[in-house]
Amino acid sequence: MFTYAPAPESRSIVNIKPSYGLFINGSFVDGGSAFKTINPANEEVLAEVAEATKEDVDRAVKAARAAFKTWSKLPGKERAKYLFRIARIIQERSRELAVLESLDNGKPIKESRDVDVPLVAAHFFYYAGWADKLNHAGFGANPRPLGVAGQIIPWNFPLLMLAWKIAPALACGNTVVLKPAETTPLSALLFAEICQQADLPPGVVNIVTGAGATGAALVDHPDVDKVAFTGSTDVGRHIAKAVAGTKKKVTLELGGKAANIIFEDAPIDQAVEGIVNGIFFNQGHVCCAGSRLLVQESIYDTLLESLKRRMGTLRVGDPLDKNTDIGAINSQDQLKRIKALAKIGSEEGAEAWSPPCELPRNGFWFRPTIFTGVSQAHRIAREEIFGPVLSVLTFRTPAEAIEKANNTPYGLSAGIWTEKGSRILDMADKLRAGVVWANTFNKFDPASPFGGYKESGYGREGGRHGLEAYLAV
Amino acid sequence: MLALNSRTTKTAFDVASSDAALHRFLHGLPGVDKVGAEQRTAALSTRSIKTTAKAYAIDLAIRMVDLTTLEGADTPGKVKALCAKGRHPDPADPTCPSVAAICVYPSMVPTAAAALKGSGIHLASVATAFPSGQAPMAVKLYDTSAAVDAGADEIDMVINRGAFLAGRYLEVYEEIVAIKEACRSAHLKVILETGELVTYDNVRRASWLAMIAGADFIKTSTGKVTPAATLPVTLIMLEAVRDYVAETSRKVGVKPAGGIRTTKDAIKYLVMVNETVGEGWLDPDWFRFGASTLLNDLLMQRTKLATGHYAGPDYFTLD
Repeated sequence: MFTYAPAPESRSIVNIKPSYGLFINGSFVDGGSAFKTINPANEEVLAEVAEATKEDVDRAVKAARAAFKTWSKLPGKERAKYLFRIARIIQERSRELAVLESLDNGKPIKESRDVDVPLVAAHFFYYAGWADKLNHAGFGANPRPLGVAGQIIPWNFPLLMLAWKIAPALACGNTVVLKPAETTPLSALLFAEICQQADLPPGVVNIVTGAGATGAALVDHPDVDKVAFTGSTDVGRHIAKAVAGTKKKVTLELGGKAANIIFEDAPIDQAVEGIVNGIFFNQGHVCCAGSRLLVQESIYDTLLESLKRRMGTLRVGDPLDKNTDIGAINSQDQLKRIKALAKIGSEEGAEAWSPPCELPRNGFWFRPTIFTGVSQAHRIAREEIFGPVLSVLTFRTPAEAIEKANNTPYGLSAGIWTEKGSRILDMADKLRAGVVWANTFNKFDPASPFGGYKESGYGREGGRHGLEAYLAV
Repeated sequence: MLALNSRTTKTAFDVASSDAALHRFLHGLPGVDKVGAEQRTAALSTRSIKTTAKAYAIDLAIRMVDLTTLEGADTPGKVKALCAKGRHPDPADPTCPSVAAICVYPSMVPTAAAALKGSGIHLASVATAFPSGQAPMAVKLYDTSAAVDAGADEIDMVINRGAFLAGRYLEVYEEIVAIKEACRSAHLKVILETGELVTYDNVRRASWLAMIAGADFIKTSTGKVTPAATLPVTLIMLEAVRDYVAETSRKVGVKPAGGIRTTKDAIKYLVMVNETVGEGWLDPDWFRFGASTLLNDLLMQRTKLATGHYAGPDYFTLD
């Protein structure tokens, strides 16, 4: 038998401190109380992290405001130098960042190493390139920055979401106060060290760690000009209410329930890869995950058989093992949510299937799962599960596929699989989703804008469009 | 397999009743998305095979080698030396397995047959006007039966790429059927020469065409055309044999040949076999490497794993 021997990435490359303060005005300062961040793969405590209070947030915003005066006046090419430098340091320290991300988040090292960290560097490179070309971005001559941006990011792609927020903000001349998610603060704190290493002027980037209260303090702070949030639709609603009637500009990137549509003339083997990548990438903790599989009824049996066979080769386990395909669920809370929705799926009559796989005893784990016999009326077809759980539905005609795909309050992404080019164009035109992938899924590029329709949020991140969120236009 | 199920109700072989039927069948196979297929092999290439898994893979790869010499300059001396190497790849280590087969031109088959006697190593001969296949059918048939008569128990034939690319599928099919007959009990490996077929859709179609015509193995390349074997091409062929066995219950082997030179490469192929068709093909009866220089790198890595250090190239025989 060809059994792969353990191939663990060494964790000694990253030096995790026992405790971390807040990164304000270019240095680490003590916060009030502290909370622990754990490795979700074994529940081991990784570090203690300061919890920023309202006063701490105020200090951070003041530092950002002070830094804005000089940072915003720097010529674009000077700001670009800092961003290029940060991008290069990220590349140089990529292994360290990847290991830390996998430890704190639970995602497999092959993803943090081959997807997250390279995309992080690419984002900084990309927006560094824009910093001295803003006059030509299509927003008129000399577009001005907004001021201080308060940014709140989720735990699914801690470092990548940081890059999506910080790189365009800085390129446009804003300064930022960023709050990472409470379960995944460590890579943001390592990024703070990288800012020091890059000699970024103090106050341009501030990192305040904490939970919901810290985020609320940041959103409510009167001297914040811009709020950028990625996370759940519920929290997004609160933020939109909180900033209503203020000068603050807002961009929200919220939940999704994307349809991945497989036509009978699809390249089947690649479509199966796309389905697996669409829902099991990052344990399904992806807002644009292809969590609703729409299969043309004529190929349902063939496709399901191929999908199950492929799922049988998925390797679930230690995130630091280089051969792991599916890592740990990020937190106990999230695991409970996934389990609760999966239970509802079974109770509502859908049939669950998982490949046989052994799960580690400690930590938070959930088997890759598909539900068949799902209809639009099931809760697992409507609510975002945010885990490795796929709902399989069928359709008969392109019109029915469009109708079902669009029949959701969300509209973040969608996938189309067919060898017929004209059908791709027709479908893409009719799908109400911010991103439509054709014969691929979960592909990201800094030059491509990303964002949602309907309850998936507003504003775009990435590409030229992403600049608009940080300019007074 | 969707195309066969929906398009033919009797047997898989009805599809070869006419050129039109064959055309309809082969063009009804699901397409291959190039980007997706290459992405899949790139992802599988990141598998990290260490320690015990590596030792297993190296020995398996040695057992799968079709040790090959196909040069105009081949002589009986050269072929005898190659056969000796095939028996005992590492004379210093009796635990080292022997290779699967020795692969030579038909004129060298008598020499090789004598040298391999009693070894259990298969003797493969290329045939059918290898490598171009551009010869009259009678020549191809004689080429084949002469090799079999001289003692080859495996025949590596080339398909008629000219006919394939011109869409004359029935002609290609009938040639394979005729050669298969001329092989008698010898195993038939059908070389698709994927470097000349160019697209993955063509590779999938040619794979099916060869299998329904009776191929025991499908093989990527002659080694005389660039590119020779690649991971994505082999992936498409593995998917074809996987789908074919599901449809017909007949198992077909796969042989990538040409361009596989390092242990690292060989292990990538084995990982791909493992995760595409599974353990059933992790056996020299069902998967082979057509190679010449690969063997020495496998031996070098094998020694390194056992002793902890690399031995210089002079410690491995040059044949």
